[in-house]
Amino acid sequence: MEEVKLIGTWPSPFSYRVIWALKLKGIPYEYIEEDLSNKSPMLLQHNPLHKKIPVLVHGGKPICESAVILQYIEDMWPQNPLLPNDPHERAVARFWVQFAENKVPCIWRLFRTTGGEEQEKAKKESMEMLRALEEHGLRDKNFFGGDKIGIADLAFGQVAHWLEMIEDLVGVKLIEAHTFPHLHAWTKNFKQVPTIKENLPDYGEMLMYFKRARDNFLASRGPGM
Amino acid sequence: MAEEIILLDLWASMLGMRVRVALAEKGLKYEYREQDLRDKSPLLLEMNPVHKKIPVLIHNGKPICESLIIVQYIDEVWYNKSPLLPSDPYKRAQARFWADYTDKLYELGRQLWLTKGEEQETAKKGFMECLKLLEGELGDKPYFGGENFGFLDVALVTFSCWFFAYESFGNFSVEAECPKLVAWSKRCMEKDSVSSSLEDPLKIHGFVIMMRKELGVE
Repeated sequence: MEEVKLIGTWPSPFSYRVIWALKLKGIPYEYIEEDLSNKSPMLLQHNPLHKKIPVLVHGGKPICESAVILQYIEDMWPQNPLLPNDPHERAVARFWVQFAENKVPCIWRLFRTTGGEEQEKAKKESMEMLRALEEHGLRDKNFFGGDKIGIADLAFGQVAHWLEMIEDLVGVKLIEAHTFPHLHAWTKNFKQVPTIKENLPDYGEMLMYFKRARDNFLASRGPGM
Repeated sequence: MAEEIILLDLWASMLGMRVRVALAEKGLKYEYREQDLRDKSPLLLEMNPVHKKIPVLIHNGKPICESLIIVQYIDEVWYNKSPLLPSDPYKRAQARFWADYTDKLYELGRQLWLTKGEEQETAKKGFMECLKLLEGELGDKPYFGGENFGFLDVALVTFSCWFFAYESFGNFSVEAECPKLVAWSKRCMEKDSVSSSLEDPLKIHGFVIMMRKELGVE
């Protein structure tokens, strides 16, 4: 098998999506930590358009955008499938991956607020997004993928682990057992899956890292905002 | 079992046209139902409760939403005619990456005809940058799919009937900036599946005039 490399950053949920997919399928790879404040020639060569991580490099050929990478991994290594066989169910799984790309970023907008109207708006958007996941995505299934985790579960990993950190830093609680019973249970169950449990950034370290990042961002915005 | 295929769509939508092209490529018969997005039908709300948007494909009663996901679905179900996605995983990844990138054109294009002044200039610049990058990706190939019309061709070609509208309101020429892309779009229009699915650029222009009035842009 040709060499597989993953260029990522340790606190990034997008990096982790790819790590989880590779580990679930038992694909050996070399992990390369990127410094986004000082982008490497390798990153710029392999992702000239977006200059972002993660980038998967397989046999020297780069694949960019985590959602595209997940589908590439699925196409390349069909064992322990992340997508169901049935075409309609596959379309539904892809729909939720796209939803994760387009709608989940609102939690990061919330992360950047301190209060007032801006925070209320971001909180409202985040709640609406979670409501859609609860009522239409997850419903009464254990996982988005059904009885076992699939590509959509990996895409929503941010909601299972990173959202809790955002809630702690911003001082808002979004997912509670009585408001989002299925989603609340899912955040616990997802992180109990052995491959996921063994491949998560340490919560304390993550909290420190993002607190620093948030403080820097808020300081750079200046007073009165 | 007889296949029942219904498409919920809006005539002017370049995203809906992607589905029409894919259905035509596969030679599929379907029922087209025009939607009024200002007064959404119970069927649309039932079939796409999350986004309440078109296009929605309903195949034997089951809905599929999001234009590129619908095109992939059509390609997977009716795989033995005119395959759209390549079989090589790396080429598939490239096609998906660039098809996702074309969605940027949709947002930038909207800004082009929805705004004026500096905001419009920014959108115009972004739009042309996108088109130039896509033209670079095409290179000297007849189609983005290589020798054959493929997934990325479907994703992008439907924007070509909107070029005239974008050019009028943005005051620029796509052909002057991206001649290879315009040549490619004309080549695609020689295919029945494309010419029968894309709308008349003049009608699109009229649609944009109407939308601008309605949204108070003028």
